[in-house]
Amino acid sequence: MRNIGIIAAKEFRSYLNAPMAYIVTAIFLALSGTFFATYLAGTNYTDTSLAGFLNAAGFLILLFAAVMTMRLIAEEKKLGTFELLLTAPVRDAEIVLGKFAASIAVLTAMLALTLYYPLLLIVFGDPDLGPIATSYFGLLLIGAASLAVGIFASSITSNQIVAAVVAGGILFGLWFLGTATRFAPGGLGEVLSYLSLVDHFPDFVRGIIDTRAIVYYLSVTALFLFLAVRSIETGRWG
Amino acid sequence: MIRVKNLTKSFRKRLAVDDISFAVGKGEIVGFLGPNGAGKTTTMRMLTGYLMASRGEVWIGKHNMATESLAGRRLVGYLPEKVPLYNDMTTRSYLAYAARLRGLDRKQAKARIDAVVATCGLADYVDVILEKLSKGYRQRVGLAQAIVHDPEVIILDEPTAGIDPIQVAQTKALITELGKDRTILLSSHILPDVSAICERVIVINKGRIVAEDRIDNLSDTMKSGKRLRLTINGPAEAVSEALSRIDLLLSVTFDKPHHYIDYPFNQEPQAAITRVIVERGWTLLAMEPAGMGLEDIFFKLTDDAGSIQ
Repeated sequence: MRNIGIIAAKEFRSYLNAPMAYIVTAIFLALSGTFFATYLAGTNYTDTSLAGFLNAAGFLILLFAAVMTMRLIAEEKKLGTFELLLTAPVRDAEIVLGKFAASIAVLTAMLALTLYYPLLLIVFGDPDLGPIATSYFGLLLIGAASLAVGIFASSITSNQIVAAVVAGGILFGLWFLGTATRFAPGGLGEVLSYLSLVDHFPDFVRGIIDTRAIVYYLSVTALFLFLAVRSIETGRWG
Repeated sequence: MIRVKNLTKSFRKRLAVDDISFAVGKGEIVGFLGPNGAGKTTTMRMLTGYLMASRGEVWIGKHNMATESLAGRRLVGYLPEKVPLYNDMTTRSYLAYAARLRGLDRKQAKARIDAVVATCGLADYVDVILEKLSKGYRQRVGLAQAIVHDPEVIILDEPTAGIDPIQVAQTKALITELGKDRTILLSSHILPDVSAICERVIVINKGRIVAEDRIDNLSDTMKSGKRLRLTINGPAEAVSEALSRIDLLLSVTFDKPHHYIDYPFNQEPQAAITRVIVERGWTLLAMEPAGMGLEDIFFKLTDDAGSIQ
């Protein structure tokens, strides 16, 4: 735990010292705010929900994750600092978890900045707070899974662009599995639907916390963090 | 403290390190010499746990690096060939990170950082962003992180590469000081850098150990690497003949249009050479030092090894 904390704190500070987190957060807020507001305007301000924001947020978080994680390991490989990290008495899993924790912290901070959307709804209307809370929980779960995919992608290359593209590819693939279910027959469709990143999210928006969904997101997260650890281990064999 | 047995590393089909064995005891400073691509870095990476061996064993203290890598790594301070600096950190925050990763608590880390900043001459640069440091100071910060946790075993990959002569001298002095009660293995492809501070050298070429001995037992050529290049107006063979009669000279070779003389580092044959040439009525057009390439020495050593077999 101690080592995870040390690595997470260092990575979090790196995020704050570099412009990337601020740029991505600014873009995220600008786009999600626009979706939030235009949806409300579209209903002539009769609806008091986050639907506009939530429809876009999941997808935006995928982009966010691919960009925010691309340097986490790839850059260390390029700069040679990975040699410092891998020869320190630190487990490979601690390295991965430390970096993951830092990226989750940045995502949480970014989502916290959107809390003024529900605040506006509370001030000017009477929104149902339950679904809003579960929606944010769902977004964090999507975020965790996406960040894990990004860290895995970053662990297999020393090129940040490659890492971002690979992460984007995997994430969009998982995302659009949901669309594929429409063309797949019966059982296969259900399987694909279960594997899709997006198909579990609507429940959270409706205020339902489905254990299957939580298990799904946490499994994806754990799987890709595990793959990242394995990829580092494999690297030690040259 | 360091024991290596039949260590072998191959990358796909390329054999980088081929069945080498050696040991470095406590309080010893050992030089690890070899031309570029000889397998020095790969060996050091296996010693520090960065790479796993294909075959053979690495022991650091009582720990087998294949099974107790973490415990072994705890004893080691390592300066990789490519100095591992995070460019967005300051010297202090970087050293703090390195110290904390190696298990020091905040208080210990602070005390040790103050100590290594002083030993490595970084006092004026503690709050400078690493990106802004010159090559020489980057190397110093790299050395500082390798010793910040006061490790028993210090492994330095080319610690004097790319820094100016004054810094080289300072680094050598620091390594000598550190080596009094620690185990140090340092690599270089520059012979004089190593011969001044190491009691013993291990010479590696093409992944194999070609020589391993105390520095004063190695041949004079090995020890000194001193060489003169002469341009002489006179009959080449007669000149070679005359020069090789100067008994303190080690060897004379003629490689048109120059004569090369290799000699022990503690001698100064220039006056004798000049005298011989003038006495014979030839003209000495030029005489200049030409460092004996380490590659040449390695070729010589590998040839020797080959002829013994």
